[in-house]
Amino acid sequence: MRYHTPENFEDASAIAAGADGVTRFLAGGTDVLVQLRSDMVTPDDLIDIKHIAGVHDITPLRDGSWRIGAAVTGAEMSENALLGQAWPGVVEAMDLIGSTQVQGRATLAGNLCNGSPAADSVPAMIAAGATVSVIGPDGSREIAVADVPTGPGKTALKKGEVVTAVNLPPRGHGGGDAYLRFIPRTEMDIAVVGCAVSLTRDGDTITAARVSLGAVAPTALLVEDAAKALIGSALDDAALEALAKAAEAACKPIDDKRGTIRFRTHVAGVLAKRAARIAYDRAGGAK
Amino acid sequence: MAFDETKTEGFKVVGTRPNRPDGIDKVTGRARFGADATAPGMLHGVIVRSPHAHARILKIDTSEAEAMKGVHAVVTRADFATGLTGENWNILENVMAGETALYDGHAVVAIAATSSLAARDAAKAIVVDYEVLPHVTDVDKAMAEGAPVIREGAADKSVPAGLHPNVVRYHESGHGDVETGFAEADLVIEDSFRTEATHQGYIEPHACLAQLGNDGRGEIWCCTQGHWNVQKVCAALLGIETSKLRVTASEIGGGFGGKTAVFIEPVALALSLKANRPVKIVMTRSECFRATGPTSSTSMDVKIGMKKDGTITAAKGVFRLQGGAFPGAPMEFTAMCAFAPYNLANVSQIGFDVMSNRPKQAAYRAPGSPMAAFAVESVIDELCEQLGLDRIETRLKNASKEGTKASFGPTWDRIGLVECLEAAKAHPHYTAPLKPGQGRGISCGFWFNHGGETAVQMALSEDGTVQLSVGTPDIGGSRASMAQMAAEELGIPYENVRTTIADTATLGYNEISHGSRVTYASGLATIEAARDTIRKLCKRAAAKWGIDEEAVSWVDGCAVPSGPNAGDFDPLPIARIAKSMGRTGGPIVGHYEATPEGAGVSFATHIVDAEVDPETGSTRVVRYTVVQDAGKAIHPTYVEGQYQGGAAQGIGWALNEEYIYGADGRLQNAGFLDYRIPVASDLPMIDTVIVEVPNPGHPYGVRGVGETSICPPLAAIANAVSAAAGVRLHELPMSPPRILAALEKQAAG
Repeated sequence: MRYHTPENFEDASAIAAGADGVTRFLAGGTDVLVQLRSDMVTPDDLIDIKHIAGVHDITPLRDGSWRIGAAVTGAEMSENALLGQAWPGVVEAMDLIGSTQVQGRATLAGNLCNGSPAADSVPAMIAAGATVSVIGPDGSREIAVADVPTGPGKTALKKGEVVTAVNLPPRGHGGGDAYLRFIPRTEMDIAVVGCAVSLTRDGDTITAARVSLGAVAPTALLVEDAAKALIGSALDDAALEALAKAAEAACKPIDDKRGTIRFRTHVAGVLAKRAARIAYDRAGGAK
Repeated sequence: MAFDETKTEGFKVVGTRPNRPDGIDKVTGRARFGADATAPGMLHGVIVRSPHAHARILKIDTSEAEAMKGVHAVVTRADFATGLTGENWNILENVMAGETALYDGHAVVAIAATSSLAARDAAKAIVVDYEVLPHVTDVDKAMAEGAPVIREGAADKSVPAGLHPNVVRYHESGHGDVETGFAEADLVIEDSFRTEATHQGYIEPHACLAQLGNDGRGEIWCCTQGHWNVQKVCAALLGIETSKLRVTASEIGGGFGGKTAVFIEPVALALSLKANRPVKIVMTRSECFRATGPTSSTSMDVKIGMKKDGTITAAKGVFRLQGGAFPGAPMEFTAMCAFAPYNLANVSQIGFDVMSNRPKQAAYRAPGSPMAAFAVESVIDELCEQLGLDRIETRLKNASKEGTKASFGPTWDRIGLVECLEAAKAHPHYTAPLKPGQGRGISCGFWFNHGGETAVQMALSEDGTVQLSVGTPDIGGSRASMAQMAAEELGIPYENVRTTIADTATLGYNEISHGSRVTYASGLATIEAARDTIRKLCKRAAAKWGIDEEAVSWVDGCAVPSGPNAGDFDPLPIARIAKSMGRTGGPIVGHYEATPEGAGVSFATHIVDAEVDPETGSTRVVRYTVVQDAGKAIHPTYVEGQYQGGAAQGIGWALNEEYIYGADGRLQNAGFLDYRIPVASDLPMIDTVIVEVPNPGHPYGVRGVGETSICPPLAAIANAVSAAAGVRLHELPMSPPRILAALEKQAAG
């Protein structure tokens, strides 16, 4: 195994592009190192991106958007008060991952690139309309987070491409987001179902919404029918029921050791309603 | 001189809460656990395990692996003793498969190399050809007609004719006539229950360092609950004399029964013999799940008849336990514990020990008893509910007490169940208001406790401090309680006693730290060794004073004349006798060896409040109170720790822990991510009440406490969850999908 510590993303990309064996980028390592030690993946080239300038920065931009470096940890996000005010759902989704120790290492970019359908931060980023900046052999590009996962353990990133940062759009006025997951315990677990809702209010009326589900399909889903159920409503019972039905209808889960198809489908609807209520309250100014 | 045989009051050290002597070592990292041992020239061993639930081993090709750099030895079954019988054969067959791999994770071949990485890489290069055979992992299916036979001829003579060959042992006990009893009842409820296998979940994986030379002498350093047992079993499996091996027990990171068994030590010895180098083996967590002892899974039917006033007229239980690919599922304990809390005129209990393609079950904290309580106490709860009876009053009405006949035969000595139930009834928890969505459950539980072979030695140092050597690994703070009992008896400060877990060359045979026996049996032996030491101290004083030995008493750490007639001498402190002992007859060493048989049984009553989210089936235990008879709490903090630990493990077993097998017979969740033991935030603060009804079989009245604490939780939590959800749960774990399915089934009518 070769361990690389490139000083810029162009070099990181070039190493990956030129490698012919198994390649892994290393940010927090909370997935890669675990997989390595349990013999699931043995990389030939391990490319540590933590030495690249700017990867640890959380940057608020002038237009109200945010740039979160690829090696920013969950703990660093949780400690950024302004980010928490703008995107509390994204921050709480990241904060749910692992233990205190894991929070000191784990990253948004890593959670996305690991490709797990159950990744907690991914539905929250999708609901938020986040994108990732990518550098590859053919230059840079920006991809919607929703388009990155293509299946369990698979992403749309091409050989040699590396995520440099996660971009969150301007929150704007009257916005709120929330993420909830179901786990059998209280922490240190993997989502059996995850649901993120991001919406904008004008008075009591929802004017825009995005709803995303995790762990109920091969990739996290953006559920447009669920958003439609919310838009134009004041989150009345009928809207919530329509939301739950749309969320359930979008589920394509599997029976496995973590949950049944029936359970996951039902709980997706329950979580959608609960997350929508929290996002709605936050959009209305609730802390 | 005379000694009090028993002492139940006036304690000075016993009953206090000093710091544990091993505490600083453990919080500073100085303590040496199994994996901390090293030796010059040490190799690392790795075990290759079957990926199949049931498969004939056709060929093991190690040629490529043996050619790899750093590889020193490979062993298979051919490198172990032949001609073994009985349990030794079972252990060998489990430690290294013979002709057939019997479960996913069964050891097939082992390799030793100069580093753990080299050993792991070499292990991957070993090629094993298998012929996959049909498998069965479910207890009911394993007993059914047509199930694959795990091993022909494994059944013993207890099994009635006509049962499947996988039923290998059978138990039947009870008294009276249950049919007559059921006819006298106003209400009879019969129900079926199932529990999944759970793992002891100790945080330290099994680890050992072993050396066996060509001179036939060897040493083992390992984490174990019983190193004399390791010595005996390893000697048998390697075909050498017992005394050729010396075994030292390391610090132990939890055992809960799971480290009473032997898994890797014989393999490390065999590799060491072949390589002529010391070999260390450290299991991964995955190996612990796949190949070390989970408890049995069960299928149970319980039928109980009750009169309107709460009197139980008859009780019957059928308990089927799956114990993996070997005989030994503790079904007789399940059967015997099931109705032990109750004084029954008519009772019948039947147990089946069933083999399947799973790892060999190992003891887990009161083996077999918690599942029995789950089934029995659920049915009692249903009867109380339907008859409108108070749950504690009903249990009190039927409670076993001194002089009543136990469901499994003997007549009870002094026992403390009534005291536990009364304490639970009086506890504010029992009558505290519940919030919407919450339910309260209670349950009783019982465990036998055990004595066992025990040897203890107490050596006096020249400054009057004491070195106490015991042979029972400290799995629950026993070095502290031993030091307390020694200090109490000798009349010296707690800090002046150092307790050491001696190796197998130092003391006579000590049975494993199991059966909640340590504070009872090693404690009794410590007290007797102290009394032996005191006799020797008094003898030195008598010689110094020129009076009769019988005229010397021991008071507060000093020899004193027994009375005015004995003479007028100043008290002679232990330190002064010790200082001159070299000149007055040599070293002073007290000792005691016995197999004490007066281990008092222990009962408990638990009260649990649970909250169920009806939309998701998620459960939270919001309040928990343990009431248990300790006989006498030597170190109350560690008694409370045992109570809380049993409750915490019970919460995991009841709600989320389970062995999940795929259709291919492979374990799906061999890791702590998907095998869900409770995390700290899952648990409420667990309240404890120590009831003390002295055990007549111990000088201070001690009863074992480590195991009884896990007997009531499954039932108490099931009763609480059933009350909160409004639907009776019959299967553990009560995971969210299972609770939600039960709610949906009820809603559908």
